[in-house]
Amino acid sequence: MNELKEQEYNKSIDFGLWKDLFRYIKPYRKRIIALIVVMMGSGGIDVIFPLMNRYAIDNFIMTGRLEGLWVFAGIYGGLVAIQAINVYFFIYIAGRIELNLSYDIRKVGFKRLQELSFSYYDKTSVGWLMARMTSDVERLGATIAWSLVDLTWGGTAMVGGLIAMLYMNWKLALISLAVVPFLAVISIFFQKRILGSYRIVRRTNSRITGAFNEGIMGAKTTKTLVREKENLKEFKGLTGEMYSSSVRAAVFSSVYFPIVITMGSVGTALALWFGGRGVLLQAIGFGTLSAFISYVMQFFGPINELARIIAEFQNAQASAERVMAMINTEPDIVDTAEVIEKYGTEFKPRYENWEVIDGGITFSDVSFSYKEGEEVLEDFSLDVQRGESIALVGETGSGKSTIVNLICRFYEPVEGQILIDGVDYRERSQLWLQSNIGYVLQTPHLFSGTVNENIRYGRLDATDEEVEEAARLVNAHNFIMKMEDGYDSEVGEGGNRLSTGEKQLISFARAILADPRILVLDEATSSIDTETEQMIQYAINKLLEGRTSFIIAHRLSTIRSADRILVIKDGRMIEQGNHRELMGLGGYYYRLYTNQFREEQELSAINA
Amino acid sequence: MEDKKWSYLWKITKGNRMLYVGAIISMALSAVLSLFPPLVISITVDSIIGDEPLIDSPVVVSMIQRLGGKGVLAQNLWICGLVLVILNIFIGYFNFTRGKWSAQAAEGIARGIRNNLYDHLQHLPYDEHVKAETGDLIQRCTSDVETVRRFLAMQLVEMGRAIVLLVASLFFMFSLNVKMTFVSIAVVPFIFLFSFIFFSKIKEAFKEADEAEGRLSTVLQENLTGIRVVRAFGRQAYEADKFDEKNTEYTNLWYRLNSLMALYWSSSDVLAMGQIGAVLVLGVYWAAQGELTLGTLLAFMSYEWMLLWPVRQLGRILTDMGKTQVSLGRIKEIIEKPLEDMNEDGLTPPMDGDIEFKNVYFEYEKGRPVLKDVSFRVEGGKTIAILGSTGSGKSSLVHLLQGLYDYDRGSITIGGVELRDIEKRYLRKQVGIVLQEPFLFSKTIKDNIALAKVGASDNEIHNAANTAAVHDVIREFEKGYDTTVGERGVTLSGGQKQRVAMARTLILDSSILIFDDSLSAVDTETDNAIRSALNERSRDVTTFIISHRITTISQADVILVMEDGRIVQSGIHDELLSQEGMYRRIWSIQNALEEELEKNLA
Repeated sequence: MNELKEQEYNKSIDFGLWKDLFRYIKPYRKRIIALIVVMMGSGGIDVIFPLMNRYAIDNFIMTGRLEGLWVFAGIYGGLVAIQAINVYFFIYIAGRIELNLSYDIRKVGFKRLQELSFSYYDKTSVGWLMARMTSDVERLGATIAWSLVDLTWGGTAMVGGLIAMLYMNWKLALISLAVVPFLAVISIFFQKRILGSYRIVRRTNSRITGAFNEGIMGAKTTKTLVREKENLKEFKGLTGEMYSSSVRAAVFSSVYFPIVITMGSVGTALALWFGGRGVLLQAIGFGTLSAFISYVMQFFGPINELARIIAEFQNAQASAERVMAMINTEPDIVDTAEVIEKYGTEFKPRYENWEVIDGGITFSDVSFSYKEGEEVLEDFSLDVQRGESIALVGETGSGKSTIVNLICRFYEPVEGQILIDGVDYRERSQLWLQSNIGYVLQTPHLFSGTVNENIRYGRLDATDEEVEEAARLVNAHNFIMKMEDGYDSEVGEGGNRLSTGEKQLISFARAILADPRILVLDEATSSIDTETEQMIQYAINKLLEGRTSFIIAHRLSTIRSADRILVIKDGRMIEQGNHRELMGLGGYYYRLYTNQFREEQELSAINA
Repeated sequence: MEDKKWSYLWKITKGNRMLYVGAIISMALSAVLSLFPPLVISITVDSIIGDEPLIDSPVVVSMIQRLGGKGVLAQNLWICGLVLVILNIFIGYFNFTRGKWSAQAAEGIARGIRNNLYDHLQHLPYDEHVKAETGDLIQRCTSDVETVRRFLAMQLVEMGRAIVLLVASLFFMFSLNVKMTFVSIAVVPFIFLFSFIFFSKIKEAFKEADEAEGRLSTVLQENLTGIRVVRAFGRQAYEADKFDEKNTEYTNLWYRLNSLMALYWSSSDVLAMGQIGAVLVLGVYWAAQGELTLGTLLAFMSYEWMLLWPVRQLGRILTDMGKTQVSLGRIKEIIEKPLEDMNEDGLTPPMDGDIEFKNVYFEYEKGRPVLKDVSFRVEGGKTIAILGSTGSGKSSLVHLLQGLYDYDRGSITIGGVELRDIEKRYLRKQVGIVLQEPFLFSKTIKDNIALAKVGASDNEIHNAANTAAVHDVIREFEKGYDTTVGERGVTLSGGQKQRVAMARTLILDSSILIFDDSLSAVDTETDNAIRSALNERSRDVTTFIISHRITTISQADVILVMEDGRIVQSGIHDELLSQEGMYRRIWSIQNALEEELEKNLA
C-alpha cells in the first residue's frame, strides 16, 4: 500500500502552502490577535512574578519593615486573578480557533469530495481519504492554534525575562544565560529525533493493527492450513520491532530531559556564583539574586516549547500538504461555465431551467480508456430508444461496467459523444443527468439510519405513504413490517442488520421512489435462496417497467426478458439482438446461455 | 472481580518486574534528590553569602567543613554552583534510568500481551471464529492494549513519583519550618480533590464527544464507500448537509469540553498561584520579623512549585485508572477463553487407508443435530462426491474430517484409527481442505500459495498453480507471482481467489483432499480442466468433492446424496440413476436441457 506510507518531509518551509492555508485562518484573525494579546499578557505576568519576589525581599525582609505588605499582597492577588483570566481566555480562544479551523477544513474537504470524479476514487482508497479528513485535519487545527499559544508565550517570557535581567544587571544576565545558545541547539536536535522516532512507532503500530486484523479474519484459513506457528513467528517479528522502536523513542526523550535539566542548572549555578559574589561585594541585593535564579530557571521552559514547535512544524506541514492536495484536486469531469449558468451547481441547482428528460440514449463512436494506451472501449456506437431495455452480457473485464459508467457520466468518452435525447450530455449539468438516472448496484449500499430514511434517499420530499408504496411495489413492505419498529427500524452501519436480499429490496424501493427515466442495474451474482430470488426478480421487473434501462445481467430470466441483448467481449460488441435471435446464431451467447442454464437448473433442483 | 483484573496485571508483569523495581528506585532517588538543589541555594544564600547561622544539621555542617568551611566557600562560590550542577547530573541520570527501564518494562509487557493475544486467538476452536465479531476483537487487541501500555509506561510511575515527592517534600519542609509547612500545604488537598472530581465529572462529556466523532466518521465513511449511490441520486447537497450536521454536533461538544477545560485550568491556577502567593506574603512577613530566613523562604517557594504539578496530575491519573481497569478486563476475557484441544500426544497413523463413518451424530447447538446417524465407507484413494441442498449437512460432514469440530456420537475412522485419537496438527496437514470463501493474506501470490509450506520451491509453487489453472492468470499480472494480493489496481476475481486457495492446499500433497464447493465461482470449462489435472496429480489421494455441478459429481467413485442431515442415497452414478430421487431428478435436467432450450426459444 504505497499511498499509506507517510511521505518524506520537506525540510524547507513551503510558503505557497502556508499562503494557501492562510485563507482558512483569515476569518479568525480577530481571535488570533486577541489570543496573541492574552498570551503576551500571560508571559508578561510570568516575568513580573520574580520581580515581585525581588521587591518583597529587598523592601520587606532586608529592611524588616512591613509597611505596605498588605498592598503588596493585594497587588500579588490581583496579578494572580489577571493571570487566571488570561489562562481561561487562552485555552478558550485557542480551543475555539482549533475547533473552527478543523470544522471549516473538514467542511470544504467534504464538499470537494462530493465533486471529485470517479477517476480520483479509483486511485485513492477510502482509508487514505478518511485519514486526511480526520487525523490530518485535526493535527492541522491543533498545531496552528496551540503553536501560536506556545510561540507567543515563550517569546514574551524569554524576551521579558531577558529585558528584566539586562535591566537589573546586564553583566550577570549575560553570564547566567551563557548556556542558552547551546541549549537551543541541543533542544532542536533532540526534539526532531524524538518526533521522528515516534513516527516510526506509529507506523509500526498500524502494521500491528493490520496483522491483528488479518490474523482474525484469516483464522479459519490458518487453522485448516496449520500455520499457527509461522504466523506467530511473523507476528513476533513485528512486535519485536515495535518493542525496539518504542524503547528507542523513550530513550531519546529520557536522555533529552536530563540534559536540559543539567544545562539549566549550569545557568542557575552561574547565577548563584557570580550573583552571590555580587551580593558579597554589595553590588546587588538579595532580591536581585533571587530574581536572577528564578529567571534562569524560568528560561528553559520556553526554549523547550520553542524547540518542540520547530520539530513539530514539519509534521504539521506534511499534514497540511496532504489535506491541501486533496482539497485542491480539480475534478476531471466539470460542467462548463455556460452549463453552470443555466443548470446550477451540485449544491445550488437551478431546477427551473431543467429540461424534462425523454430517455433516448445514443453512443456515437465512443472510445474510452482508463489508462492511456489501454483502450477498454473502441468505436462503440449504439442507439437506444426511450423505454427500451438493454442487457449487457460478457465476461468480467469485457467492458460492461465501463459502458454503464459512461452512461452515468462517472467517466466521459475519450473520443466520440454520448447523446441523451439527441443532445451531447456534456451540454447539460452532471446533476441534471444523474437526477434522471437511477443506479442500482450489485452490492447494495445503505446508509446508517432508518429504513424510511434509506428509501426516502431516492426522493427527499416523498411522503410516508409514497415511501410505503415504493416498498410495497418491490415486495419489501412485508419484511419491513416484521422488523421491530417497522419503517423506523435502524438498518445499522452500512445496513448490516439486514440480509443481502433485504438490502437489495430496499435499494430497489429507493430507486423506484426516485422514478428515473433511465435505469442502470448492476445485477448481483451471489446466489440467494429461491424465495428471495423470486421476490427480487419480481422487484426488478417492477423497477424496469416503462424505463430506458441498462442491465449488467447475470440471471438468465433477466437477460431473456430484455428487449435487446448486447454481448460484449474485449471492449467490442460481438453479438446483438434479442434472446431468440442470439440463440439462433449459435455463437458466443448460445454457449454462455446453455452453460449457465444448466447450472441454474441444477442449483434450483438441489435447493428445491 | 476488580482484584482479579489487577492480579492479572501482576501476572503479566512477570519477567519485567526487576526492570520495574529499578525504574521505581530510580524514580524515588531522582524525586528525593530533586529536593536538594533548593536546599543548596537556600544555604548558600543564607549562610555563605548572608550571615545567618547554619541550619542545625550535622550532615550539612560536616559537608560544609569538608568543602573548606564557610569562609573558603564564600570566596569560592563556584563550589556551591558545582554542587548544584553535580546534584542535577545525578537527578538527570536517575531520570534517564527511570525512563529507560520503565519503557523497557512497559513495552516488554505490551509485547507479551500482544503476542499472547495473537497466539491465543489463532488457537481458539474453529467455532469461535465462525461466530467472532472481528471489530470488537481488534479493538481489544489494539486500543485496549494501548490503554494498558500507557498506564504501565507513564501513569504508574508518575503516580509513584507524585507520592514520593509529596512525602519527601513534606519531610523536608517540616524539618525546615513547621509553621511554613502548614501554610504551604493548606490548599494542596483541595487542588487534588478539585482535579479528581473535575476529571471524574467530565468523563461523560469526553465519552459523548468520542461518540460524536464516531458518528462523524461513519457519515464520512459511508459517503465515501457509497459515493456511487450518492452521485447516482444526485445527493451531493444532501450529503453535505448531513455531514455538516454531524460536524457541527461534534464541534459543539468539543466547544463545551474546551470551555470546561478553560474553566478548570484557570480555577486550578487560581488555587495554585494563590497558594504560592500565600507562602510568599506570610513568608515575607515572618522573614521580616526574623522568624524565617531568606534562604528558607526561597526553598519553600521552590518546593511549592515542585509539589503542585504532580498533585494536579494525580487527580487525572486516578480517574484514568478506571479506563485501564476496563481494558484489562476486556483483554482478560479473550485470554480466558478455552483453547482448542490439539491432542498433542495423539497418534500419527498413515492416512491413505479407508475412511469410515459409523452412526455419526453432530450438532452445533444442543437439540438441533445437523448430522443424524451418518454411516458410509470409502476406500483409500477413491473420490467421493456429496450432493445436497444448503443446510443438508454436507459442509459439516467434511469439517469433521479436518477435526474442526468434534462429533457427538458414533465413530469416524481413517485406516482403522479413530479420528479423535489422531494428533490434530498432523491430521490437518494430512487432510487438505479448500473452503468455499477463501481468505487470501496481503502477501505476494507466491507467499500465499506457499503459506502452508514455507520454503517451497518455485517449481512446486508453479506446479500447484498449474493444477489449479491459475498459473497463466498470475503470469499475466505485471509483477507475476510477486504481485501483492489486495494492492490497489490488482483485484482477483472470486474465481481466481478460489483457484489460488486451491493451489495453496494442493502444495501440501495431503493424503486426503476436500473441496467444499470450492470452485463455485469458476466457470464450468475451467472446472473440468482443473479436475482432469487433479486426477493426474493426485491419483492416490482420497478426495471429497462437494459441488452442485452434476457432471463433476457423476464421475466420482462414490456419490452421497444428503438431505436434512442424513444420507438418503449412496452409490455410483448408474445405481443412483436407477433410483427415484434427487440425483435422477437433477441428471434428467441435463438431458432435458436441449428440450428446454427449444421451449425457451419458442
